[in-house]
Amino acid sequence: MAQFIIRRILIMIPTVFVTSMVAFIIIQLPPGDYLTSYVANLSASGEQVEEHVIEALNERFGLDQPIYVQYLKWISNIITKGDFGQSFAWRTPVENLIWGRLGLTVLISVATLIFTWIIAFPVGIYSAVNKYSLGDYIATFFGFLGLAIPNFLLALVLMYIAFKYFNQSVGGLFSPEYVEAPWSFEKVLDLMSHLWIPMIILGTAGAASLIRIMRANLLDELGKPYVRTARAKGLPEWKVILKYPVRVALNPFVSTAGWLLPTLVSGSIIVATVLSLPTTGPMLLSALTTQDMYLAGAFILLLSILTMVGTLVSDILLAALDPRIRFD
Amino acid sequence: MTTEQMKANLDGTNSPSSMPNPPAVTERETDSKAYVASQWTLMWWRFRKHKLAMVGGIVTILMYLIAIFAEFLAPFPPDMTNTQATYAPPQTLILFDEQGFNPHVLGYTVEVDPVALRRTFVVDPEVKIPVRLFTHGYTYKILGLFESDFHLIGPADASDTMYLMGADRLGRDVLSRLVYGTRISMSIGLVGVTISLVLGIVLGGISGYYGGIIDNVIQRVIEFIRSIPTIPLWLGLVAALPTEWGPLQIYFAITIILSFIGWTNLARVVRGRFLSLREEDFVMAARLDGASQAKIMFQHMLPAFYSHIIASITLAIPGMIIAETSLSFLGLGLRPPVVSWGVLLQEAQNVRTVATAPWLLVPALAVVVAVLALNFLGDGLRDAADPYA
Repeated sequence: MAQFIIRRILIMIPTVFVTSMVAFIIIQLPPGDYLTSYVANLSASGEQVEEHVIEALNERFGLDQPIYVQYLKWISNIITKGDFGQSFAWRTPVENLIWGRLGLTVLISVATLIFTWIIAFPVGIYSAVNKYSLGDYIATFFGFLGLAIPNFLLALVLMYIAFKYFNQSVGGLFSPEYVEAPWSFEKVLDLMSHLWIPMIILGTAGAASLIRIMRANLLDELGKPYVRTARAKGLPEWKVILKYPVRVALNPFVSTAGWLLPTLVSGSIIVATVLSLPTTGPMLLSALTTQDMYLAGAFILLLSILTMVGTLVSDILLAALDPRIRFD
Repeated sequence: MTTEQMKANLDGTNSPSSMPNPPAVTERETDSKAYVASQWTLMWWRFRKHKLAMVGGIVTILMYLIAIFAEFLAPFPPDMTNTQATYAPPQTLILFDEQGFNPHVLGYTVEVDPVALRRTFVVDPEVKIPVRLFTHGYTYKILGLFESDFHLIGPADASDTMYLMGADRLGRDVLSRLVYGTRISMSIGLVGVTISLVLGIVLGGISGYYGGIIDNVIQRVIEFIRSIPTIPLWLGLVAALPTEWGPLQIYFAITIILSFIGWTNLARVVRGRFLSLREEDFVMAARLDGASQAKIMFQHMLPAFYSHIIASITLAIPGMIIAETSLSFLGLGLRPPVVSWGVLLQEAQNVRTVATAPWLLVPALAVVVAVLALNFLGDGLRDAADPYA
């Protein structure tokens, strides 16, 4: 098992490298760069551009050099010094901006994942055990609806309903008085009271598909002879179901965590923009549109790594859960 | 046989069917027919039992018909502005009045709030705007070929206005824009899927047929592409599109970007199929017969799982539609003057705007209906295509 984990992590290293290259190429794709337009803006407004500032920037990032030199400078700064470069738009080092937002993104994603499981697990089991009952049809209906409604639309509609009927503006993760406040117990409570809205919005689609998967898998298992044997032996019904078939059906449940986490991270970008959450989404979006390349690059790189870690975690969980999976 | 299947079969015989010989009442009798039925006939029988999939299929066909005949169905050109009708609420189509059947909508009088300078629309029962079917309106070309000015529905006097789904910020008719948006939104999925399909079949086919190192390389590339989070990648690529590009160039660039991810799924499906078919006798026979490898792959092996490919395509289109809508909604996808559902929803980005003009959310409904219909259709096709289901 340990060997399996180590090998998986070793495979990740080259992938991360290629990803970092792709991230760098993506942020280099737009024509022009921020520095040029920055200097042009300053000159246009009549301000003197100090030569040594530009030189220092060129020196630090190799902005006047070919792209591979820039890439090497960028990546070696990240690895050796943890220096993600400078955000031109915010005029501050990138690492001052990203970690808080990345943390909140992870928090929302994990909270959503747990929410998804809490909903999907019992509903999926109920749907399978009471196949074609009223409850099953209702669950199926909402399941398909949850899949069909894009998250950001759901966010928009919920915001509209909250605005129209409760005269409340939904959005953000903190009440205004806590936005700038340092972390405290009250701030955490405040966060919790805001967290549920993005959690529900992001969780619906995932919960919907998990319910379908759980139902289908459990239905496959319930008809098998060992279930009948367990019943014949006089096990109480809840034990028959929970102890054996559910455990088998749980398998794909765990393996979906791998793709659920990346979709959550991805999906939260658009939802966060609609709900103006202080997560990575809105900032990445503005960084991309203003060609704030180092900020955008840092986000794309870190989100990709987060995705890979998510996949790794689910692979390990799956291997731990299913004895049939071979490690080589 | 389950009671459910029995019911489905009975329903099948009761309802009028386009099949010359509807399948017999019980499974056993279908069996004897099944010996002579072609593969596609068998699939059609199975598909017809799936009621939701049938509904999904009909809705999908309707949507594509709307896309094709957008000019005929839209009462007004999508870019016709009217400063008098900024955020005009939807008008109800009234079918009868005291003279009998006389479809009409009631006009508005606009009242301006002297303090807030906000305009409120009050329905004026005195002003009747007669509405007719197959009426003359603005001129357009059917399928780009014949000129016509016929419209399915519109005000009897072409210079009148009517807003069955309200008007937007610039007083444009939401219904007309929705109809035109259907064309772009539904087609972007098709074009994107076609590109993914070509990439998926070629690369997946090579991967599965040859195996070995080529397979390994292609599989690693696929894994790598899938490990990049989709939306940041899309955003990055879309942000890189030159701003001076015309709408058409942007449209194709976006379909290519969307299909860049989509092809990996199809490539996996195709590869798996090729891997299992490679060992079949008919492939060996073709090889001994001296058929070229391309011929074996695309003429002998590919037709063996056409049905699966069709099902995967149907299931891939909704993803593309949602992606286009999301990107355009964020202002990164298609841009006005192109009209797509995402571009229309851009108007509804602000909660306050939505509160004053909730009808701007109508395109959202179109997205949901289209995605649901395609999902149901794809589900049914997948079940029908699987002989062991």
